[in-house]
Amino acid sequence: MALTREDVRKVALLARLDLAEGELDMQVGHLNQLLEQFEKLQELDVTGVEPTSHSIPIFNVFRDDIERPSFPREEILANSPEVRNGCIVVPRILEG
Amino acid sequence: MGASLYNLSAAELSDLLSHREISASELTESAMGRINSIEPQVNAFLTVTRDHAKKRAAEVDERRARGESLSPLAGIPIALKDNISTRGIRTTCGSAILPQYIPPYDATATRRVYDSGLILVGKANCDEFAMGSSTENSAFGPSRNPWDTSRVPGGSSGGSAAAVASGEAILALGSDTGGSIRQPAALCGIVGLKPTYGRVSRYGLVAYASSLDQIGPMARTVTDTALLMNVIAGHDPSDSTSVTEPVPDFTESCCADVKGLRIGVPQEYFGEGTDREVASSVKSAIDRLCDLGASAESCSLPSTDYALAAYYIIAPAEASSNLARYDGVKYGHRTKEWAGHIGLTEKTRDEGFGDEVKQRIMIGTYALSAGYYDAYYKRAQQVRTLIRNEFDRAFEQFDVLITPTSPTVAFKIGERSNNPLAMKLADVCTIPANLAGIPGISVPCGFHQGLPVGMQILAKAFAEETLFRAAYTYEQSTEWHKQKPNLS
Repeated sequence: MALTREDVRKVALLARLDLAEGELDMQVGHLNQLLEQFEKLQELDVTGVEPTSHSIPIFNVFRDDIERPSFPREEILANSPEVRNGCIVVPRILEG
Repeated sequence: MGASLYNLSAAELSDLLSHREISASELTESAMGRINSIEPQVNAFLTVTRDHAKKRAAEVDERRARGESLSPLAGIPIALKDNISTRGIRTTCGSAILPQYIPPYDATATRRVYDSGLILVGKANCDEFAMGSSTENSAFGPSRNPWDTSRVPGGSSGGSAAAVASGEAILALGSDTGGSIRQPAALCGIVGLKPTYGRVSRYGLVAYASSLDQIGPMARTVTDTALLMNVIAGHDPSDSTSVTEPVPDFTESCCADVKGLRIGVPQEYFGEGTDREVASSVKSAIDRLCDLGASAESCSLPSTDYALAAYYIIAPAEASSNLARYDGVKYGHRTKEWAGHIGLTEKTRDEGFGDEVKQRIMIGTYALSAGYYDAYYKRAQQVRTLIRNEFDRAFEQFDVLITPTSPTVAFKIGERSNNPLAMKLADVCTIPANLAGIPGISVPCGFHQGLPVGMQILAKAFAEETLFRAAYTYEQSTEWHKQKPNLS
């Protein structure tokens, strides 16, 4: 069951990638090629095998709730695409 | 003497510095001179930190003049891969989405490097967000292999490897998610270590696949690699995956002694797809270790054949999530014209990311999407368990496993760019160690057609000392590491 152009368009929307038409075709080919390789994993019997998300046990780590200086505002804002009055300018998300 | 200082090892330079036969400023000048003369051929750096280096070197010299006790690597020039954050110094990750990003903080590895008095000479080129095996995916153009500049240096830490191999830096840090330290080290004829997952803090390492990423040292000798590992290893409260395991002095493991060392030789790594000459160099190296007192036996790790497929689900899945932060809102590239806030993000990402990164985001997004999770992501994680279990069993019987680092020597620039499968096979020998979280080192073990061949040594988790001992013993019995590429 190869992915269609429409399927790939949906994945691109989820991934927030506005792919140009030519790119979309390239992705269809690439994704289908990869999925074919992934079929190999179906050969293995994984019944009852626990999944590994990390190679070592992972625990939540909490630091003490102590005040400390935050990053300098100017250094953070210096990386922003558009700044006005010490704030990052973003597109409107609410109407009216 | 000043002119060729860049040819010496960190251990030799450390000696000269501590005896005040040379100064850190002189040494930095030597590295900068080398960068000036060969960087147009090698393109190892995205940013050369000339002023920063000069200032830091002068500080180290002053501290030494005051009689302060300094770390062994104080005054030694180092390159950092450009996905390791450096406060106030541009960190691009090789991406057009972060062309002018200036981190407001240092990675823990960067901080440790500075605290030890190492001199940052530049930020090294890499495949975009560390996704690739050749540096050809860098938005700023590929680096070149110092042994043959028509060939790739490997990747993704190819700039780091090329800088060290050519003498532009004495040491470098890379990051390794599927082989990105070991494979370029092999292709450039240097030493590269991927530490056990959790050994080195990832705080400030720009994330690609968080369960696999690990920062590690690259150098021209095993001892230099151990010296740098001493600097970066250790627990960091800022990284919840960093471990509290005690950190030994790794240079103490740099002793020539492999008596009783049990070597496993997994057959799956020597099969079809591995160049015969590469396989035979690695086998000769194993014979050499046996002559020196080790014993070797053939073994089998059947799940190896499934590691590549599992990796190309797990790593892109994590990447698709990690790279969601590049949305054109707070920092990085933002498109000029857009319709609506979703349009802004979609267009920014389409413009900013290169093809390989988009492909991995796409496959990762698909593998995690509703209805496909069990078939792909969960199954890949189960296969990851099988691979781990197989390594566990192998390490009951063997102290180390030895394989080729890369199935081939360095390939031509452009040769594999249109063949994604061939490109991905470059990491077939290195990926399993990332999935299992175990450490691996690549050491030069010969030349084929004038190009370096690397041998990979793997050990169980936290057994880096065993790796250093085996690698050092082998290195000291050969002359490979003394050969230098012919660049002028």
